[in-house]
Amino acid sequence: MKRRTMLGGALALGARPAWGASPLKVAFVYTGPVADMGYTFEHDLARRAMQTHFVDAVQSHYVENVAEGPDCERVLRQLASGGDDLIFATSFGFMNSVMRVARQFPDVKFEQATGYKTAANVSEFNLRFYEGRIVCGTLAGMLSKTGIAGYVAAYPIPEVIMGINAFTLAARKVNPKFQVKIIYLNSWIDPPREADAARSLLDQGADILSDHMDSSAVMQTAEARGVLAFGQSSDRSKVGPKAQLTSIVDNWAPYYIKRVQAALDGTWKTSSVWLGMKDGAIVLSPWGPGVTPAARAAGDRMKAGIIDGSVQIFAGPINDQSGTLRIPAGQVMTDDQVLKMDWLVEGT
Amino acid sequence: MNGGILIAALVSATTGATPLVLAAVGETVSERSGVLNLGVEGMMLAGAVGAFATTAVTGSDLLGIFVGGAAGAALAALFALVTLTLAANQVASGLAVTIFGTGLSSLLGAGFVGRRAIPLAHVHIPLLSDLPILGPLLLRYDPLVYFSVAITAFVAWALAHTRAGLILRAVGENDDSAHALGHNVIRVRYLAVLFGGAMSGLAGAYLSLAATPMWVEGLTAGRGWIALALVVFGAWRPWRVFAGAYLFGGISVLQLFLQGAGFVLVPTQVLAMIPYLATILVLVVISSGGARRRLQAPGSLGNPFRAAR
Repeated sequence: MKRRTMLGGALALGARPAWGASPLKVAFVYTGPVADMGYTFEHDLARRAMQTHFVDAVQSHYVENVAEGPDCERVLRQLASGGDDLIFATSFGFMNSVMRVARQFPDVKFEQATGYKTAANVSEFNLRFYEGRIVCGTLAGMLSKTGIAGYVAAYPIPEVIMGINAFTLAARKVNPKFQVKIIYLNSWIDPPREADAARSLLDQGADILSDHMDSSAVMQTAEARGVLAFGQSSDRSKVGPKAQLTSIVDNWAPYYIKRVQAALDGTWKTSSVWLGMKDGAIVLSPWGPGVTPAARAAGDRMKAGIIDGSVQIFAGPINDQSGTLRIPAGQVMTDDQVLKMDWLVEGT
Repeated sequence: MNGGILIAALVSATTGATPLVLAAVGETVSERSGVLNLGVEGMMLAGAVGAFATTAVTGSDLLGIFVGGAAGAALAALFALVTLTLAANQVASGLAVTIFGTGLSSLLGAGFVGRRAIPLAHVHIPLLSDLPILGPLLLRYDPLVYFSVAITAFVAWALAHTRAGLILRAVGENDDSAHALGHNVIRVRYLAVLFGGAMSGLAGAYLSLAATPMWVEGLTAGRGWIALALVVFGAWRPWRVFAGAYLFGGISVLQLFLQGAGFVLVPTQVLAMIPYLATILVLVVISSGGARRRLQAPGSLGNPFRAAR
């Protein structure tokens, strides 16, 4: 017991003085490479924005390409024992490692993205990616001539499924006969297969493409075949200057700045947030040349509706793929229900 | 499935199979000479980034293809130096080449992520390419597709019918005997490994210039390993390896079309697993001596050779 107190005292001595003589050390753990031009790229963009915001008060660094599992635990432990005060882990698959390491380092603050577990020193944060899909679905419903969209998706997990469902529901509000054809690739990134999947969807009658993948291969295929497409994670207009209608861009910077500020002020408390367009965390890139004035107006209306809360995409009645009523009229799915969504809506 | 979709599926299968054919036929030559190079994935990545960077900077896709092949061969030369001249363990060195190639390609490619490149031009023969079914099916690919068929034919012919092919096989079957007969084992193996590396580089170039004209880290997504498995699957025979690549390319494309059409025969996760499952199975089978002999694996495969033994 005595030794533990001593150890605690030593730790307290080693901790950063409150008057900020030395900067707050903030570490980021990424699942992909910062150059993926997608999910991890946006996280690092936000990290750099945060670093610029705090200048010398914060010293941030990152570890990229961290495999989910034991490797992640090793990295987290190394960062925590190496003097980092606040650690952001940016993948769902890091969650259990964060929980384990956080127990061993009660003085280090952890932030875990897209998970669902919290602890005294572990906060959880997520974005409502599906909100962007509502706008995309609306545009698809208006702009598709065949009434069929192709959707290249990574894995059939709730995060992906809620996006497909939001997209489909929005498109079917415009065109009740709208169909969405889905291909799962069971990988987050495999450009040649993403392109193959996109081509096969186009060959099967789709004339507008959406994807939930980490590369821009689907956008590139759309550009090559002269059809329209939606991007995600990052603005992909460089790859598809004519094809891109809009991209759903993740903006993590406001959250990172807010949390680092709280850590600097000593007001950091564990929390669990799910941020969306209202918070400026989900942004749509500027409308592409393929967006007609009518579609632009509808898209803008949807955006405003999502921000003021009048658009509730997961409000009943909602039927599932087989036509069975899942959510009765007058009922809106709770966040908890949405986060656990494992069934596809009618029209897919 | 109507005719148009069937043709589209076959065309997709060809683009899926071509990089596998290039890498696997190259590796077949290397393994027939008795050298197991597990660095295919790394050499493919080096080829992919080399080809893309060159094309993006110079605008010449021909130069890009050349540099892609050269980049693969350069990594292969490193592998050859370590395993042939210095007689290091081939399995460990091959894995190291893959890891090194992955890291090197990320480093060199960092500045090229998100850049656009003009896709490799497709062949177009007036009149013939416009034929209704034959045209899209056979006569509208990019040059590398035709090259992959030609090189398979050449390798099959050279291995079976030329003196050089005979020497290469002799070196792979029994290096000591070949050495006793006065053949330069190390030189033959160097050439075979370099050829395999250049072909892996071309496979990478195909991915970054033709299949998806872009560069991202890990563009090959495990295709190098599938190519390695195909060599065994095809029992070290070029045309069987070729058929295996098309079979695999065909199945993976068929799966995409079926999913798009709403047929899910088996869960998609199972389909994603199949190539790797097949790889494990094949590797288990060839690890047992009897099967290895039945499949006629090169007798000295994986053996380091020292002349003064």
